[in-house]
Amino acid sequence: MSNTAFVSIRDLQRGRPAVSAIPETVASGGCSTGGGEGKASCGSSDGPADMPAEIWAKVKDHPCYSEEAHHHYARMHVAVAPACNIQCNYCNRKYDCSNESRPGVVSAKLTPDQAVKKVLAVASEIPQMTVLGIAGPGDALANPKKTFETFRRLQEEAPDIKLCLSTNGLALPEMVDEICKYNIDHVTITINMVDPAVGARIYPWIFWQHRRVTGIEAATILHRQQMLGLEMLTARGVLTKVNSVLIPGINDEHLIEVNREVKKRGAFLHNIMPLISEAEHGTVFGLTGQRGPSAQELKAVQDACMGGANLMRHCRQCRADAVGLLGEDRSDEFTADKVEQMEVVYDLDRRRAYQQQVEVTRRAQHAARQAAEAAATAAPAADFNVLVAVATEGQGKVNQHFGHATEFQIYELSAGRATFVGHRRVDLYCQGGYGEDEQLPSIVSAINDCHAVLVAKIGACPRDELLAAGIEPVDAYAHEFIESAALAWFGDYCARVARGDLVHQARGDARIRQGAYTAAAAAVTADTAS
Amino acid sequence: MALKINAETCTACTACEPECPNVAIRAKGGTYVINPDKCTECEGQFDEPQCVAVCPVDDCITEV
Repeated sequence: MSNTAFVSIRDLQRGRPAVSAIPETVASGGCSTGGGEGKASCGSSDGPADMPAEIWAKVKDHPCYSEEAHHHYARMHVAVAPACNIQCNYCNRKYDCSNESRPGVVSAKLTPDQAVKKVLAVASEIPQMTVLGIAGPGDALANPKKTFETFRRLQEEAPDIKLCLSTNGLALPEMVDEICKYNIDHVTITINMVDPAVGARIYPWIFWQHRRVTGIEAATILHRQQMLGLEMLTARGVLTKVNSVLIPGINDEHLIEVNREVKKRGAFLHNIMPLISEAEHGTVFGLTGQRGPSAQELKAVQDACMGGANLMRHCRQCRADAVGLLGEDRSDEFTADKVEQMEVVYDLDRRRAYQQQVEVTRRAQHAARQAAEAAATAAPAADFNVLVAVATEGQGKVNQHFGHATEFQIYELSAGRATFVGHRRVDLYCQGGYGEDEQLPSIVSAINDCHAVLVAKIGACPRDELLAAGIEPVDAYAHEFIESAALAWFGDYCARVARGDLVHQARGDARIRQGAYTAAAAAVTADTAS
Repeated sequence: MALKINAETCTACTACEPECPNVAIRAKGGTYVINPDKCTECEGQFDEPQCVAVCPVDDCITEV
Protein backbone atom coordinates (compact mmCIF):
# COMPACT_ATOMS: atom_id res chain seq x y z
CA MET A 1 0.00 0.00 0.00
CA SER A 2 1.45 3.30 -1.01
CA ASN A 3 -1.04 5.64 0.59
CA THR A 4 0.95 6.68 3.60
CA ALA A 5 0.81 10.38 2.82
CA PHE A 6 -2.88 10.71 3.57
CA VAL A 7 -4.45 12.09 6.66
CA SER A 8 -7.11 10.23 8.57
CA ILE A 9 -10.73 11.22 8.78
CA ARG A 10 -10.12 12.14 12.39
CA ASP A 11 -7.39 14.56 11.33
CA LEU A 12 -9.71 16.04 8.77
CA GLN A 13 -12.39 16.58 11.36
CA ARG A 14 -9.88 18.40 13.53
CA GLY A 15 -9.41 20.77 10.65
CA ARG A 16 -6.03 19.67 9.40
CA PRO A 17 -5.62 21.00 5.87
CA ALA A 18 -5.38 18.14 3.43
CA VAL A 19 -5.16 19.67 0.02
CA SER A 20 -2.38 22.14 -0.40
CA ALA A 21 -1.37 24.08 -3.49
CA ILE A 22 -2.54 21.76 -6.20
CA PRO A 23 -0.91 22.47 -9.53
CA GLU A 24 -3.47 23.30 -12.19
CA THR A 25 -2.22 21.28 -15.10
CA VAL A 26 -5.40 21.08 -17.10
CA ALA A 27 -7.84 23.93 -17.14
CA SER A 28 -11.21 22.26 -17.29
CA GLY A 29 -13.13 25.46 -17.59
CA GLY A 30 -14.86 24.49 -14.39
CA CYS A 31 -16.09 26.77 -11.68
CA SER A 32 -12.76 27.05 -9.99
CA THR A 33 -10.85 28.51 -12.88
CA GLY A 34 -11.02 31.82 -11.12
CA GLY A 35 -8.55 30.38 -8.60
CA GLY A 36 -8.77 30.88 -4.89
CA GLU A 37 -10.36 28.41 -2.56
CA GLY A 38 -12.70 25.83 -3.95
CA LYS A 39 -16.41 26.21 -3.91
CA ALA A 40 -18.82 23.95 -2.20
CA SER A 41 -20.58 23.05 -5.38
CA CYS A 42 -20.69 24.23 -8.89
CA GLY A 43 -23.29 26.81 -9.70
CA SER A 44 -24.13 27.39 -6.08
CA SER A 45 -22.27 30.65 -6.01
CA ASP A 46 -22.22 33.31 -8.65
CA GLY A 47 -22.86 31.04 -11.59
CA PRO A 48 -22.19 32.67 -14.94
CA ALA A 49 -19.42 34.85 -13.59
CA ASP A 50 -17.42 31.78 -12.57
CA MET A 51 -17.00 30.09 -15.90
CA PRO A 52 -16.85 30.55 -19.64
CA ALA A 53 -20.23 31.19 -21.28
CA GLU A 54 -20.27 27.92 -23.23
CA ILE A 55 -19.73 25.90 -20.05
CA TRP A 56 -22.40 27.85 -18.18
CA ALA A 57 -24.82 27.15 -21.03
CA LYS A 58 -24.19 23.44 -20.60
CA VAL A 59 -24.65 23.30 -16.83
CA LYS A 60 -27.13 26.02 -15.96
CA ASP A 61 -30.28 23.91 -16.37
CA HIS A 62 -28.69 20.62 -15.36
CA PRO A 63 -29.84 19.61 -11.88
CA CYS A 64 -26.87 17.29 -11.37
CA TYR A 65 -24.19 19.73 -12.53
CA SER A 66 -25.58 22.87 -10.92
CA GLU A 67 -26.62 22.97 -7.30
CA GLU A 68 -28.73 26.04 -7.97
CA ALA A 69 -30.47 24.36 -10.91
CA HIS A 70 -31.38 21.32 -8.84
CA HIS A 71 -33.96 23.35 -6.92
CA HIS A 72 -35.76 24.14 -10.16
CA TYR A 73 -35.09 21.61 -12.92
CA ALA A 74 -35.84 17.89 -13.09
CA ARG A 75 -34.10 14.90 -14.59
CA MET A 76 -34.98 11.38 -15.51
CA HIS A 77 -33.16 8.13 -16.05
CA VAL A 78 -34.27 5.32 -18.36
CA ALA A 79 -33.20 1.80 -17.43
CA VAL A 80 -32.19 0.47 -20.84
CA ALA A 81 -28.76 -0.81 -19.79
CA PRO A 82 -28.99 -3.89 -17.55
CA ALA A 83 -25.65 -5.55 -18.38
CA CYS A 84 -22.39 -4.71 -16.65
CA ASN A 85 -18.76 -5.48 -17.42
CA ILE A 86 -17.35 -5.30 -13.90
CA GLN A 87 -18.32 -6.43 -10.40
CA CYS A 88 -18.26 -3.96 -7.50
CA ASN A 89 -18.39 -5.05 -3.88
CA TYR A 90 -21.07 -2.44 -3.13
CA CYS A 91 -23.36 -3.59 -5.92
CA ASN A 92 -25.69 -6.55 -6.06
CA ARG A 93 -26.91 -6.95 -9.57
CA LYS A 94 -29.64 -9.34 -8.56
CA TYR A 95 -31.42 -6.05 -8.12
CA ASP A 96 -30.21 -2.65 -9.19
CA CYS A 97 -26.81 -1.05 -9.06
CA SER A 98 -26.66 0.46 -5.58
CA ASN A 99 -24.27 3.07 -6.86
CA GLU A 100 -26.92 4.69 -8.95
CA SER A 101 -30.11 3.31 -7.50
CA ARG A 102 -31.74 2.49 -4.28
CA PRO A 103 -30.68 -1.06 -3.66
CA GLY A 104 -33.30 -3.75 -3.70
CA VAL A 105 -35.70 -2.03 -6.05
CA VAL A 106 -36.27 -4.11 -9.14
CA SER A 107 -36.83 -1.57 -11.87
CA ALA A 108 -38.60 -2.49 -15.05
CA LYS A 109 -36.03 -2.70 -17.81
CA LEU A 110 -36.99 -0.79 -20.92
CA THR A 111 -36.33 -1.31 -24.59
CA PRO A 112 -35.09 1.78 -26.44
CA ASP A 113 -38.57 2.12 -27.92
CA GLN A 114 -40.27 2.09 -24.51
CA ALA A 115 -37.61 4.44 -23.17
CA VAL A 116 -38.19 7.03 -25.88
CA LYS A 117 -41.93 6.95 -25.33
CA LYS A 118 -41.45 7.36 -21.59
CA VAL A 119 -39.12 10.33 -22.07
CA LEU A 120 -41.61 12.08 -24.34
CA ALA A 121 -44.42 11.41 -21.86
CA VAL A 122 -42.44 12.82 -18.95
CA ALA A 123 -41.29 15.81 -21.00
CA SER A 124 -44.94 16.66 -21.66
CA GLU A 125 -46.07 16.22 -18.05
CA ILE A 126 -43.02 17.76 -16.37
CA PRO A 127 -41.87 20.64 -18.60
CA GLN A 128 -39.00 21.47 -16.25
CA MET A 129 -37.45 18.06 -17.05
CA THR A 130 -34.38 19.13 -19.00
CA VAL A 131 -32.04 16.17 -18.65
CA LEU A 132 -32.17 12.51 -19.65
CA GLY A 133 -29.54 10.13 -18.38
CA ILE A 134 -28.74 6.50 -18.94
CA ALA A 135 -27.29 5.22 -15.72
CA GLY A 136 -27.81 1.51 -15.76
CA PRO A 137 -28.99 -0.46 -13.89
CA GLY A 138 -25.76 -2.00 -15.25
CA ASP A 139 -23.26 0.10 -17.19
CA ALA A 140 -24.44 2.38 -20.00
CA LEU A 141 -21.42 1.53 -22.15
CA ALA A 142 -21.64 -2.22 -21.55
CA ASN A 143 -24.96 -1.99 -23.47
CA PRO A 144 -23.84 0.21 -26.36
CA LYS A 145 -26.54 -0.82 -28.83
CA LYS A 146 -29.46 -0.01 -26.52
CA THR A 147 -27.82 3.07 -25.04
CA PHE A 148 -26.93 4.71 -28.34
CA GLU A 149 -30.16 3.69 -30.07
CA THR A 150 -32.05 5.51 -27.29
CA PHE A 151 -29.82 8.59 -27.63
CA ARG A 152 -30.09 8.61 -31.42
CA ARG A 153 -33.87 8.65 -31.37
CA LEU A 154 -34.12 11.22 -28.59
CA GLN A 155 -31.78 13.54 -30.42
CA GLU A 156 -34.30 13.50 -33.26
CA GLU A 157 -37.55 13.50 -31.30
CA ALA A 158 -36.72 15.67 -28.28
CA PRO A 159 -33.87 17.89 -29.40
CA ASP A 160 -34.06 20.26 -26.42
CA ILE A 161 -33.33 17.58 -23.84
CA LYS A 162 -29.74 17.27 -22.64
CA LEU A 163 -28.37 13.75 -22.87
CA CYS A 164 -25.96 12.23 -20.41
CA LEU A 165 -24.70 8.85 -19.33
CA SER A 166 -22.79 7.29 -16.51
CA THR A 167 -20.21 4.56 -16.71
CA ASN A 168 -17.54 2.73 -14.73
CA GLY A 169 -15.11 3.76 -17.46
CA LEU A 170 -13.86 0.33 -18.53
CA ALA A 171 -15.27 0.61 -22.05
CA LEU A 172 -15.06 4.40 -22.19
CA PRO A 173 -11.98 5.02 -24.40
CA GLU A 174 -13.38 2.96 -27.28
CA MET A 175 -16.77 4.68 -27.01
CA VAL A 176 -15.70 8.32 -26.85
CA ASP A 177 -16.23 8.97 -30.56
CA GLU A 178 -19.70 7.45 -30.42
CA ILE A 179 -20.52 9.59 -27.36
CA CYS A 180 -19.55 12.75 -29.21
CA LYS A 181 -21.65 11.75 -32.22
CA TYR A 182 -24.88 12.13 -30.23
CA ASN A 183 -23.99 15.45 -28.60
CA ILE A 184 -23.78 13.86 -25.19
CA ASP A 185 -22.12 16.65 -23.32
CA HIS A 186 -22.20 15.26 -19.79
CA VAL A 187 -20.57 11.98 -18.79
CA THR A 188 -20.25 10.62 -15.27
CA ILE A 189 -17.47 8.16 -14.47
CA THR A 190 -17.47 6.27 -11.19
CA ILE A 191 -13.88 6.38 -9.97
CA ASN A 192 -13.28 5.01 -6.48
CA MET A 193 -9.49 4.77 -6.59
CA VAL A 194 -6.33 5.79 -8.39
CA ASP A 195 -4.25 3.06 -6.71
CA PRO A 196 -4.89 -0.52 -7.92
CA ALA A 197 -4.11 -1.85 -4.43
CA VAL A 198 -7.14 0.09 -3.18
CA GLY A 199 -9.11 -0.95 -6.24
CA ALA A 200 -8.51 -4.64 -5.59
CA ARG A 201 -10.50 -4.29 -2.37
CA ILE A 202 -13.45 -2.74 -4.22
CA TYR A 203 -13.59 -4.65 -7.52
CA PRO A 204 -13.40 -8.47 -7.37
CA TRP A 205 -13.29 -8.79 -11.17
CA ILE A 206 -13.69 -7.17 -14.54
CA PHE A 207 -14.59 -8.72 -17.91
CA TRP A 208 -11.86 -7.60 -20.25
CA GLN A 209 -10.94 -8.82 -23.72
CA HIS A 210 -12.86 -12.06 -23.34
CA ARG A 211 -11.38 -12.89 -19.94
CA ARG A 212 -12.52 -12.51 -16.37
CA VAL A 213 -9.62 -10.64 -14.78
CA THR A 214 -9.28 -10.42 -10.98
CA GLY A 215 -7.23 -8.73 -8.27
CA ILE A 216 -4.59 -6.07 -8.83
CA GLU A 217 -4.47 -6.81 -12.55
CA ALA A 218 -8.20 -6.02 -12.87
CA ALA A 219 -7.92 -2.80 -10.89
CA THR A 220 -4.84 -1.75 -12.90
CA ILE A 221 -6.68 -2.15 -16.21
CA LEU A 222 -9.78 -0.38 -14.88
CA HIS A 223 -7.72 2.51 -13.53
CA ARG A 224 -5.87 2.89 -16.83
CA GLN A 225 -9.12 2.91 -18.82
CA GLN A 226 -10.78 5.40 -16.46
CA MET A 227 -7.92 7.89 -16.64
CA LEU A 228 -7.59 7.53 -20.42
CA GLY A 229 -11.34 7.91 -20.92
CA LEU A 230 -11.44 11.01 -18.71
CA GLU A 231 -8.55 12.60 -20.60
CA MET A 232 -10.17 11.84 -23.97
CA LEU A 233 -13.48 13.39 -22.91
CA THR A 234 -11.72 16.49 -21.60
CA ALA A 235 -9.83 16.83 -24.87
CA ARG A 236 -13.15 16.77 -26.75
CA GLY A 237 -14.82 19.32 -24.49
CA VAL A 238 -17.30 16.89 -22.90
CA LEU A 239 -18.12 17.85 -19.32
CA THR A 240 -17.29 15.09 -16.86
CA LYS A 241 -18.45 14.36 -13.36
CA VAL A 242 -16.59 11.83 -11.26
CA ASN A 243 -18.60 9.83 -8.75
CA SER A 244 -16.73 8.25 -5.85
CA VAL A 245 -18.23 5.96 -3.25
CA LEU A 246 -16.76 6.74 0.17
CA ILE A 247 -15.94 3.40 1.81
CA PRO A 248 -14.59 3.95 5.35
CA GLY A 249 -11.29 2.15 5.92
CA ILE A 250 -10.81 1.39 2.23
CA ASN A 251 -10.75 4.63 0.24
CA ASP A 252 -11.72 7.43 2.62
CA GLU A 253 -8.52 9.42 2.73
CA HIS A 254 -7.55 8.04 -0.67
CA LEU A 255 -10.41 10.06 -2.20
CA ILE A 256 -8.37 13.20 -1.66
CA GLU A 257 -5.80 11.72 -4.04
CA VAL A 258 -8.61 10.71 -6.42
CA ASN A 259 -9.89 14.29 -6.32
CA ARG A 260 -6.44 15.61 -7.17
CA GLU A 261 -5.89 13.18 -10.05
CA VAL A 262 -9.29 13.70 -11.67
CA LYS A 263 -9.00 17.47 -11.41
CA LYS A 264 -5.62 17.24 -13.10
CA ARG A 265 -7.30 15.42 -15.98
CA GLY A 266 -10.04 17.99 -16.38
CA ALA A 267 -12.96 16.59 -14.37
CA PHE A 268 -15.56 19.31 -14.01
CA LEU A 269 -17.21 18.05 -10.85
CA HIS A 270 -16.44 15.48 -8.14
CA ASN A 271 -19.30 13.81 -6.32
CA ILE A 272 -18.29 11.96 -3.16
CA MET A 273 -21.17 9.74 -2.07
CA PRO A 274 -21.61 7.62 1.05
CA LEU A 275 -21.43 3.84 0.70
CA ILE A 276 -24.89 2.32 0.97
CA SER A 277 -24.39 -1.00 2.70
CA GLU A 278 -26.87 -3.21 4.52
CA ALA A 279 -26.81 -6.99 4.85
CA GLU A 280 -30.25 -7.25 3.26
CA HIS A 281 -28.96 -5.73 0.03
CA GLY A 282 -26.87 -8.88 -0.45
CA THR A 283 -23.77 -6.97 -1.55
CA VAL A 284 -20.29 -8.19 -0.56
CA PHE A 285 -19.85 -5.11 1.63
CA GLY A 286 -23.32 -5.56 3.10
CA LEU A 287 -22.58 -9.18 3.99
CA THR A 288 -19.10 -8.54 5.38
CA GLY A 289 -20.38 -5.75 7.62
CA GLN A 290 -18.48 -2.97 5.86
CA ARG A 291 -20.16 0.15 7.20
CA GLY A 292 -20.96 3.38 5.40
CA PRO A 293 -19.71 6.77 6.66
CA SER A 294 -21.49 9.01 9.14
CA ALA A 295 -22.71 12.41 7.97
CA GLN A 296 -19.76 14.22 9.52
CA GLU A 297 -17.23 11.69 8.14
CA LEU A 298 -18.63 12.30 4.66
CA LYS A 299 -18.51 16.06 5.16
CA ALA A 300 -14.94 15.88 6.46
CA VAL A 301 -13.71 14.15 3.30
CA GLN A 302 -15.73 16.53 1.11
CA ASP A 303 -14.36 19.54 2.96
CA ALA A 304 -10.80 18.20 2.65
CA CYS A 305 -11.24 18.12 -1.12
CA MET A 306 -12.23 21.79 -1.33
CA GLY A 307 -9.69 23.46 -3.51
CA GLY A 308 -9.47 20.43 -5.75
CA ALA A 309 -12.11 19.56 -8.33
CA ASN A 310 -15.47 21.20 -7.63
CA LEU A 311 -17.57 19.13 -5.30
CA MET A 312 -21.12 18.10 -5.88
CA ARG A 313 -23.01 17.73 -2.63
CA HIS A 314 -26.59 17.53 -3.79
CA CYS A 315 -26.46 14.03 -5.26
CA ARG A 316 -29.36 11.83 -4.18
CA GLN A 317 -27.86 8.56 -5.45
CA CYS A 318 -31.04 8.11 -7.37
CA ARG A 319 -32.46 5.04 -9.00
CA ALA A 320 -31.63 4.10 -12.58
CA ASP A 321 -35.26 4.88 -13.43
CA ALA A 322 -35.83 8.00 -11.31
CA VAL A 323 -38.09 10.79 -12.57
CA GLY A 324 -38.49 14.31 -11.22
CA LEU A 325 -36.61 16.87 -9.19
CA LEU A 326 -33.62 15.50 -7.33
CA GLY A 327 -34.97 14.31 -4.01
CA GLU A 328 -38.38 13.47 -5.39
CA ASP A 329 -39.30 10.44 -7.43
CA ARG A 330 -42.34 10.45 -9.68
CA SER A 331 -41.47 7.23 -11.50
CA ASP A 332 -44.70 5.64 -10.21
CA GLU A 333 -46.64 7.99 -12.48
CA PHE A 334 -44.76 6.76 -15.53
CA THR A 335 -44.78 2.97 -15.39
CA ALA A 336 -44.75 1.17 -18.75
CA ASP A 337 -48.50 0.49 -18.54
CA LYS A 338 -49.38 4.09 -17.76
CA VAL A 339 -47.07 5.48 -20.46
CA GLU A 340 -48.66 3.10 -22.96
CA GLN A 341 -52.05 4.69 -22.28
CA MET A 342 -50.90 8.30 -22.32
CA GLU A 343 -51.53 10.52 -25.26
CA VAL A 344 -48.18 12.16 -25.65
CA VAL A 345 -47.88 15.55 -27.26
CA TYR A 346 -44.35 16.85 -27.30
CA ASP A 347 -44.86 20.59 -27.32
CA LEU A 348 -41.54 22.37 -27.48
CA ASP A 349 -43.06 25.86 -27.23
CA ARG A 350 -45.00 24.96 -24.11
CA ARG A 351 -41.86 23.52 -22.52
CA ARG A 352 -39.88 26.68 -23.32
CA ALA A 353 -42.63 28.94 -21.96
CA TYR A 354 -42.75 26.95 -18.70
CA GLN A 355 -38.98 26.98 -18.38
CA GLN A 356 -38.98 30.76 -18.76
CA GLN A 357 -41.25 30.94 -15.71
CA VAL A 358 -38.86 28.64 -13.84
CA GLU A 359 -36.02 30.98 -14.79
CA VAL A 360 -37.90 33.95 -13.25
CA THR A 361 -38.19 32.11 -9.91
CA ARG A 362 -34.60 31.05 -10.10
CA ARG A 363 -33.35 34.58 -10.71
CA ALA A 364 -35.45 35.79 -7.79
CA GLN A 365 -33.84 33.18 -5.55
CA HIS A 366 -30.40 34.18 -6.78
CA ALA A 367 -31.07 37.88 -6.10
CA ALA A 368 -32.53 37.13 -2.66
CA ARG A 369 -29.46 35.12 -1.80
CA GLN A 370 -27.06 37.85 -2.88
CA ALA A 371 -28.99 40.48 -0.94
CA ALA A 372 -29.08 38.28 2.17
CA GLU A 373 -25.37 37.55 1.96
CA ALA A 374 -24.55 41.22 1.52
CA ALA A 375 -26.70 42.12 4.53
CA ALA A 376 -25.22 39.32 6.63
CA THR A 377 -21.66 40.32 5.75
CA ALA A 378 -22.38 43.79 7.12
CA ALA A 379 -23.41 42.32 10.49
CA PRO A 380 -20.82 41.56 13.19
CA ALA A 381 -19.05 38.30 12.34
CA ALA A 382 -19.69 35.17 14.36
CA ASP A 383 -16.63 33.06 15.11
CA PHE A 384 -18.49 29.79 14.59
CA ASN A 385 -20.30 27.95 11.81
CA VAL A 386 -23.58 26.09 12.24
CA LEU A 387 -25.59 23.68 10.14
CA VAL A 388 -29.33 24.04 9.60
CA ALA A 389 -31.78 21.59 8.06
CA VAL A 390 -34.36 22.94 5.60
CA ALA A 391 -37.69 21.42 4.53
CA THR A 392 -38.32 22.35 0.91
CA GLU A 393 -40.36 21.03 -1.97
CA GLY A 394 -38.51 23.03 -4.62
CA GLN A 395 -38.25 26.57 -6.02
CA GLY A 396 -35.46 27.23 -3.54
CA LYS A 397 -37.89 28.09 -0.75
CA VAL A 398 -38.61 27.01 2.81
CA ASN A 399 -41.98 25.69 1.77
CA GLN A 400 -42.56 22.25 3.22
CA HIS A 401 -44.33 21.05 6.37
CA PHE A 402 -41.96 19.27 8.74
CA GLY A 403 -44.17 16.21 8.67
CA HIS A 404 -44.18 16.00 4.88
CA ALA A 405 -40.42 16.09 4.41
CA THR A 406 -38.81 13.00 2.91
CA GLU A 407 -35.45 14.71 3.11
CA PHE A 408 -33.89 17.81 4.60
CA GLN A 409 -31.41 20.00 2.77
CA ILE A 410 -28.44 20.96 4.90
CA TYR A 411 -26.91 24.44 4.78
CA GLU A 412 -23.74 25.55 6.51
CA LEU A 413 -23.97 29.09 7.82
CA SER A 414 -21.01 31.29 8.53
CA ALA A 415 -20.56 35.04 8.59
CA GLY A 416 -22.21 36.26 5.41
CA ARG A 417 -22.52 32.90 3.68
CA ALA A 418 -25.11 30.15 3.39
CA THR A 419 -23.63 27.15 1.62
CA PHE A 420 -25.52 24.03 0.60
CA VAL A 421 -23.52 21.09 1.99
CA GLY A 422 -25.79 18.10 1.56
CA HIS A 423 -29.09 16.50 2.29
CA ARG A 424 -30.45 13.90 4.68
CA ARG A 425 -33.09 11.43 3.68
CA VAL A 426 -35.75 10.63 6.28
CA ASP A 427 -38.85 8.50 6.33
CA LEU A 428 -42.09 10.42 6.15
CA TYR A 429 -42.85 11.59 9.64
CA CYS A 430 -46.42 12.47 8.94
CA GLN A 431 -48.68 10.26 6.84
CA GLY A 432 -52.07 11.83 6.40
CA GLY A 433 -52.18 14.47 9.06
CA TYR A 434 -51.06 12.75 12.22
CA GLY A 435 -47.50 12.23 13.39
CA GLU A 436 -46.01 8.82 13.85
CA ASP A 437 -44.12 9.31 17.04
CA GLU A 438 -41.81 6.34 16.67
CA GLN A 439 -40.24 7.87 13.54
CA LEU A 440 -39.32 11.14 15.17
CA PRO A 441 -36.18 9.91 16.95
CA SER A 442 -34.80 8.66 13.63
CA ILE A 443 -35.36 12.08 12.07
CA VAL A 444 -33.56 13.65 15.00
CA SER A 445 -30.61 11.30 14.45
CA ALA A 446 -30.51 12.24 10.75
CA ILE A 447 -30.20 15.98 11.47
CA ASN A 448 -28.54 15.72 14.87
CA ASP A 449 -25.59 17.85 13.73
CA CYS A 450 -27.91 20.79 12.96
CA HIS A 451 -28.74 23.69 15.27
CA ALA A 452 -32.11 24.42 13.71
CA VAL A 453 -34.62 23.08 11.25
CA LEU A 454 -36.39 25.58 8.97
CA VAL A 455 -39.90 24.54 7.97
CA ALA A 456 -43.11 26.02 6.56
CA LYS A 457 -45.05 24.60 9.48
CA ILE A 458 -44.62 22.15 12.33
CA GLY A 459 -46.93 20.51 14.87
CA ALA A 460 -46.67 21.05 18.63
CA CYS A 461 -45.52 17.53 19.42
CA PRO A 462 -42.49 17.31 17.10
CA ARG A 463 -41.66 20.89 18.06
CA ASP A 464 -41.23 19.88 21.70
CA GLU A 465 -39.26 16.75 20.77
CA LEU A 466 -36.84 18.74 18.61
CA LEU A 467 -36.36 21.35 21.32
CA ALA A 468 -35.63 18.58 23.81
CA ALA A 469 -32.95 17.26 21.42
CA GLY A 470 -31.44 20.76 21.18
CA ILE A 471 -32.60 21.46 17.62
CA GLU A 472 -34.56 24.69 17.21
CA PRO A 473 -37.71 24.34 15.07
CA VAL A 474 -38.17 27.54 13.02
CA ASP A 475 -41.33 28.38 11.06
CA ALA A 476 -40.90 32.16 11.09
CA TYR A 477 -39.46 32.18 7.56
CA ALA A 478 -42.12 30.10 5.82
CA HIS A 479 -42.15 30.47 2.01
CA GLU A 480 -39.05 32.67 1.95
CA PHE A 481 -36.01 31.79 -0.16
CA ILE A 482 -33.75 29.35 1.65
CA GLU A 483 -30.52 31.34 1.82
CA SER A 484 -32.14 34.56 3.01
CA ALA A 485 -34.23 32.66 5.56
CA ALA A 486 -31.22 30.74 6.85
CA LEU A 487 -29.02 33.83 7.12
CA ALA A 488 -31.80 35.82 8.82
CA TRP A 489 -32.19 33.03 11.38
CA PHE A 490 -28.41 32.88 11.83
CA GLY A 491 -28.25 36.64 12.43
CA ASP A 492 -30.96 36.29 15.05
CA TYR A 493 -29.18 33.30 16.62
CA CYS A 494 -25.89 35.19 16.84
CA ALA A 495 -27.70 38.17 18.39
CA ARG A 496 -29.23 35.93 21.03
CA VAL A 497 -25.81 34.43 21.79
CA ALA A 498 -24.30 37.92 22.00
CA ARG A 499 -27.06 39.05 24.39
CA GLY A 500 -26.45 36.00 26.54
CA ASP A 501 -29.96 34.61 25.93
CA LEU A 502 -28.36 31.29 25.05
CA VAL A 503 -24.95 29.69 24.96
CA HIS A 504 -23.63 28.46 21.62
CA GLN A 505 -22.73 24.80 21.79
CA ALA A 506 -21.29 22.49 19.16
CA ARG A 507 -23.58 19.71 17.92
CA GLY A 508 -22.74 16.03 17.53
CA ASP A 509 -22.65 13.79 14.46
CA ALA A 510 -25.62 12.56 12.43
CA ARG A 511 -26.48 9.24 10.91
CA ILE A 512 -26.87 8.79 7.16
CA ARG A 513 -30.19 7.03 6.92
CA GLN A 514 -29.86 3.79 5.04
CA GLY A 515 -33.07 2.39 6.44
CA ALA A 516 -35.00 5.03 4.55
CA TYR A 517 -33.75 3.56 1.31
CA THR A 518 -34.70 0.04 2.25
CA ALA A 519 -38.09 0.97 3.71
CA ALA A 520 -39.00 2.81 0.52
CA ALA A 521 -37.61 -0.03 -1.55
CA ALA A 522 -39.62 -2.60 0.38
CA ALA A 523 -42.79 -0.61 -0.24
CA VAL A 524 -42.10 -0.44 -3.98
CA THR A 525 -41.19 -4.13 -4.14
CA ALA A 526 -44.38 -5.04 -2.32
CA ASP A 527 -46.39 -2.91 -4.77
CA THR A 528 -44.78 -4.56 -7.75
CA ALA A 529 -45.39 -8.03 -6.32
CA SER A 530 -49.06 -7.46 -5.65
CA MET B 1 -20.90 -30.68 -23.95
CA ALA B 2 -23.00 -27.66 -23.14
CA LEU B 3 -23.80 -25.12 -20.44
CA LYS B 4 -27.13 -24.17 -18.96
CA ILE B 5 -28.47 -21.08 -17.20
CA ASN B 6 -30.22 -21.49 -13.86
CA ALA B 7 -33.53 -19.71 -14.39
CA GLU B 8 -33.97 -19.32 -10.62
CA THR B 9 -30.89 -17.15 -10.16
CA CYS B 10 -30.61 -15.51 -13.62
CA THR B 11 -31.35 -11.78 -13.31
CA ALA B 12 -31.88 -11.36 -17.06
CA CYS B 13 -29.19 -8.69 -17.11
CA THR B 14 -28.47 -9.61 -20.76
CA ALA B 15 -24.68 -9.51 -20.33
CA CYS B 16 -24.09 -13.06 -21.63
CA GLU B 17 -26.18 -12.88 -24.78
CA PRO B 18 -23.89 -10.76 -26.98
CA GLU B 19 -20.73 -12.45 -25.66
CA CYS B 20 -21.63 -15.93 -26.94
CA PRO B 21 -19.50 -16.68 -30.03
CA ASN B 22 -22.03 -19.30 -31.16
CA VAL B 23 -25.17 -17.18 -30.82
CA ALA B 24 -26.54 -19.90 -28.59
CA ILE B 25 -28.16 -17.65 -25.96
CA ARG B 26 -31.60 -16.12 -26.28
CA ALA B 27 -34.31 -14.61 -24.07
CA LYS B 28 -37.11 -16.92 -23.03
CA GLY B 29 -39.87 -16.33 -20.52
CA GLY B 30 -38.22 -13.46 -18.64
CA THR B 31 -34.87 -15.22 -18.39
CA TYR B 32 -32.23 -16.56 -20.79
CA VAL B 33 -31.58 -20.04 -22.16
CA ILE B 34 -28.64 -21.68 -23.93
CA ASN B 35 -29.28 -23.88 -26.96
CA PRO B 36 -27.29 -27.05 -26.12
CA ASP B 37 -26.92 -27.90 -29.78
CA LYS B 38 -25.04 -24.69 -30.44
CA CYS B 39 -23.05 -24.40 -27.17
CA THR B 40 -19.39 -25.45 -27.37
CA GLU B 41 -18.45 -24.15 -23.90
CA CYS B 42 -16.18 -21.92 -26.00
CA GLU B 43 -13.73 -24.81 -26.41
CA GLY B 44 -11.12 -23.84 -28.98
CA GLN B 45 -12.56 -20.34 -29.14
CA PHE B 46 -11.66 -18.70 -25.83
CA ASP B 47 -9.79 -19.61 -22.65
CA GLU B 48 -13.02 -19.75 -20.67
CA PRO B 49 -16.74 -19.90 -21.48
CA GLN B 50 -17.66 -16.29 -22.19
CA CYS B 51 -21.10 -16.41 -20.58
CA VAL B 52 -19.66 -17.76 -17.31
CA ALA B 53 -16.90 -15.14 -17.31
CA VAL B 54 -19.31 -12.19 -17.67
CA CYS B 55 -22.20 -13.48 -15.52
CA PRO B 56 -22.57 -11.47 -12.29
CA VAL B 57 -24.30 -14.30 -10.39
CA ASP B 58 -22.07 -17.02 -8.91
CA ASP B 59 -22.84 -20.53 -10.22
CA CYS B 60 -25.74 -19.36 -12.35
CA ILE B 61 -24.27 -20.92 -15.50
CA THR B 62 -23.01 -24.50 -15.11
CA GLU B 63 -22.41 -27.65 -17.14
CA VAL B 64 -25.48 -29.64 -18.14
